[in-house]
Amino acid sequence: MSEVVTTRGRTIRIRRFDRAAIGAVMSREVANFRTFWKGTTFNSLLDPTIYLLAFGLGLGTTIVGDVEGIPYVQFVGTGMVATAVIFSSALPAMFGTFVKYHFQKTYDAILATPVDTEELVTAEALWIALRSGFYGTFPIIVTFFFGLPPEPTMVLIPLFCFVTAFGFASFGIAVAAKAQKIDQFNYVTTTCITPLFLVAGTFFPISGLPQGAQVVAQFNPLYQLVELVRGAAFGFESVDVLRLVALIIFSLVLWRLAIRFMTQRLID
Amino acid sequence: MPAIELIGVKKAFGEIQAVNDLNLEVPQGICLGLLGPNGAGKSTTMRILTGQSIADEGTIKVLGMDLPEQAKFARARMGVVPQLDNLDVDVTVEQNLAVFARLYRAPSVPEAVDRALEIARLTDRRKDSVGELSGGMRRRLLLARGLVHDPELVLLDEPTVGLDPQIRTQLWTLIDGLRTAGSTILMSTHYIEEAERLADEVAVMTAGAVIARGKPADLIKEHAGARTVEIYGPPHELEEHRDRFNTAGVSVRAAGPAIAVLAAEDAPRELIPDHAVDRAASLEDVFVKLTGEDAE
Repeated sequence: MSEVVTTRGRTIRIRRFDRAAIGAVMSREVANFRTFWKGTTFNSLLDPTIYLLAFGLGLGTTIVGDVEGIPYVQFVGTGMVATAVIFSSALPAMFGTFVKYHFQKTYDAILATPVDTEELVTAEALWIALRSGFYGTFPIIVTFFFGLPPEPTMVLIPLFCFVTAFGFASFGIAVAAKAQKIDQFNYVTTTCITPLFLVAGTFFPISGLPQGAQVVAQFNPLYQLVELVRGAAFGFESVDVLRLVALIIFSLVLWRLAIRFMTQRLID
Repeated sequence: MPAIELIGVKKAFGEIQAVNDLNLEVPQGICLGLLGPNGAGKSTTMRILTGQSIADEGTIKVLGMDLPEQAKFARARMGVVPQLDNLDVDVTVEQNLAVFARLYRAPSVPEAVDRALEIARLTDRRKDSVGELSGGMRRRLLLARGLVHDPELVLLDEPTVGLDPQIRTQLWTLIDGLRTAGSTILMSTHYIEEAERLADEVAVMTAGAVIARGKPADLIKEHAGARTVEIYGPPHELEEHRDRFNTAGVSVRAAGPAIAVLAAEDAPRELIPDHAVDRAASLEDVFVKLTGEDAE
């Protein structure tokens, strides 16, 4: 559905779900991001390097040898993608969304223009997912310096990161929409985000866990992402298609949930 | 076709009836001042007009479009200037405007930005970040942001609240320019002087409804007469004066350290002490008379 609006002698076509609105909201994010991209990029490069030095080289050369036939430093390096994705999507989405609607009143200003909550949430989640898709590859780039051989299939890694990050950005937005105080994010981080990234197969293989935990891990989107990234690095399996489909479904469900919760929050 | 038409609009937040059977029509090309005390329902009314608040009952039309169904399309033709400064402080003046030009689907973003910069008289500060601007410049930018797409209807929500007199005067000049250019303006305010200076018509709102409407001069004549006298003195004396006027059926209101006698030209002369200060009746007299002396 679209409508042609005529104002002051000019016509504007406005669609019910309008790409122009999404682009405009994202342009605001880009303008702001240009003021702090250096710090974010520095962190995104340094964090995996430190982790790889500590876990990959530290444990890899002293305690752990190969894991599932992969050198431990490369096992951790490919797994670190999940860590980078969740920390560059769920957390910025939670805090950023809360600050923008609660303190800065940015969303009040945007929703006074021809943009609705669906477009607003979509744009915010898309922007975070794009950033995360980019920064999610940094651990892989760092791991190249620790001996990971480049493979053509690795070009799919940003896509896997993007899909997963879109879901976690939507998750963060949905959580922020329900939060009354910013302190409440501590509960979400401790009870949800930390367990998710610890049981994602980043630092140790899920196969070593009890059977019940292995079943639960299958429902962890980060675990599916780690498996897809390792597939791209060391060879795909046929089940990886199902993993990607599951991640897409996860992201779409969380996206709709985020829109619903933000509409309840912003429109009274 | 009126620019805004509200019929029997109601909106409650739990137990609080923020807007209560509101009827308001704003013809095109005028500046209507929505005057009311804090909690009168002005801001809720503004949010209803942008579709950010959904009315429980009533009919709402903006520029001929039904709300909330067509709110998004109506918003393309209106500009909103909020009460609170919600500019992006880390980015530049022109980037702030460019984002909103895109949000409003301006046909040419650079042209829209240049025009808005001229309105705000910030062309030479376009590359500066908003954080570097003075308070007055930021308010002018906020106003220009709502005008970046040259809207037909402008909603100003308490545009000068909390500003010092110099900045307020600057903004009044800008708003007056808009009015002169023929834009329809709905301006909520609780500053009487602001409404008196800028509004072609004033609607006095209290408890979620409009209780009086008209040109400032007509409202003054109708509700406060031609002259007001203010009597100063110690509280017990003022109380005695007040009782005497009330007994004589003359309308009196508290005016800070004094009492103000409304329509003093009709009051018995012997009740007015020699030291009383005589002045022309004002919109403030009307406002306090109609909305009550107690503030929320």
